Amino acid sequence: MGTTFHDRSMTIPEIHPEHKEYWDAAAQGKLLIKQCDSCREFHYYPRVLCPHCMSEKTNWVEAKGTGNIYTYSVMRRGVPYAIAFVELDEGPRMMTNIVDCDLDKVHINQRVKVVFKQSGDENNPGPFIPCFTPVEG
Amino acid sequence: MTIKGMAYIAGAFEHPTRKAPDKSVAALHAECAKGALEDAGLNFSDVDGYFCAGDAPGGVLSMVDYLGLNVRHVDGTDTGGSSYIAQVSHAAQAIAAGKCNVALITMAGRPRSEGRSGVKQKRVGANVPDTPFELPFGPTAVNEYAMAAMRHMHEYGTTSEQLAWVKVAASHHAQYNSNAMLRDLVTVEEVVSSTMIADPLHKLDCCVVSDGGGALVIVRPEIAKSLKRPLVRVMGAGEAPKGLLGGKTTLTYSGAIWSGPRAFEEAGVTPQDIKYASIYDSFTITVLMQLEDLGFCKKGEGGKFVTDGNLISGIGKLPINTDGGGLNNNHPASRGGIVKVIEAVRQLRGEAHPRVQVENCDIALAHGTGGGLASRHGSATLIMERV
Repeated sequence: MGTTFHDRSMTIPEIHPEHKEYWDAAAQGKLLIKQCDSCREFHYYPRVLCPHCMSEKTNWVEAKGTGNIYTYSVMRRGVPYAIAFVELDEGPRMMTNIVDCDLDKVHINQRVKVVFKQSGDENNPGPFIPCFTPVEG
Repeated sequence: MTIKGMAYIAGAFEHPTRKAPDKSVAALHAECAKGALEDAGLNFSDVDGYFCAGDAPGGVLSMVDYLGLNVRHVDGTDTGGSSYIAQVSHAAQAIAAGKCNVALITMAGRPRSEGRSGVKQKRVGANVPDTPFELPFGPTAVNEYAMAAMRHMHEYGTTSEQLAWVKVAASHHAQYNSNAMLRDLVTVEEVVSSTMIADPLHKLDCCVVSDGGGALVIVRPEIAKSLKRPLVRVMGAGEAPKGLLGGKTTLTYSGAIWSGPRAFEEAGVTPQDIKYASIYDSFTITVLMQLEDLGFCKKGEGGKFVTDGNLISGIGKLPINTDGGGLNNNHPASRGGIVKVIEAVRQLRGEAHPRVQVENCDIALAHGTGGGLASRHGSATLIMERV
């Protein structure tokens, strides 16, 4: 039994000027986050000014792409999908979807790694979106 | 400057409709405005301050024009369903500062007739900074609050049965409200066996989707004393937006941990002094978390606090939402804040249904959580007293 994951059409995000690098990297399977040179804190979602100290010295860093599920919920109306917050190994927690697995086995503290899914659909493909899937074993 | 004692809630009106396919949203606003002014014993020409939020079609400008108002102060603060609780405070501030004497707050909407619900993706405008990093993942009202509930269960051992007690209390109260959308008593068993919508929230953990609205009239003390209605005075208020904190996201508490203490300090009272509380109940988890954050019980003990009918008037220690709340009575425009203030005013006036009226109800609290508990929400706390 279980609840099998099915691909669904993800909303195409608006591309804001300050996020071009982020979406370009996503197309190559890389997850970028921002780190502040002043306070050294990571933050997510990425800003021009650090939300922790307001410094403009923020830089893109490639995240390892691994983390743990902080919380989640499986939507049972329509095509089931698991929305979640994943705590990256670098620290920040980010909203995401848990994909390519039995949705009934998703749990808090589960070890996950990033996988990218293309938003939109065949006729109108959008940017690749960072989702997470359970790490085997 | 404090707002304590500087303003009174002179008029309160909850529209009796729960489904209004044949009325425009603007017309519902107007009917609510008329109802609240009649309740206060005032006229449209007395209004010199107007307040509305995102449900008001065309905002402040269209509504002032539509209602034919001649005002010298306006406020369009929008913090979701908590807006109207915050606006009572803003009206009191404006009155205290001499910017107006009679403030009218209106809200109304038709999500039921328009087919909107909490399982559908949220509607958003362009250029909102957070949406590119959230919308692809399908956040809705229910799965956001569900993620908060899931984490609360994980950290504190809160159970679905405990959450269900919040709904049981709402249904107990709603049976006496002839306008309530749902009037049947439900049991804990019925709540936890209702359809799962988004783990761990069942259908009966979710509020109703209803058309309708409400309005409030806030006035200067001298005006309140010249009217014939029982006197309800503003004691204190607090506000606090909470978001995702740049990735230092925590979903087990709400902005009430900040807005609550601000309101209690200004009012000069403590949670133990509150005889009745209107606690925003978009979902059962919303109530449980706010009760903890406002200090009615310790953090993590909300589950224990709400159990065994502790929220039922005449039975429990803290009667809440004696109109049936958003879970059973009404959640107009998917924004319940104004109904929270209206039922608190009924309790303070002694005009609640006799079967749910709290004895000696001299101090009441209304608290709202508007927006998404797992993204951004506004918290607003208001404390009122009967004079």
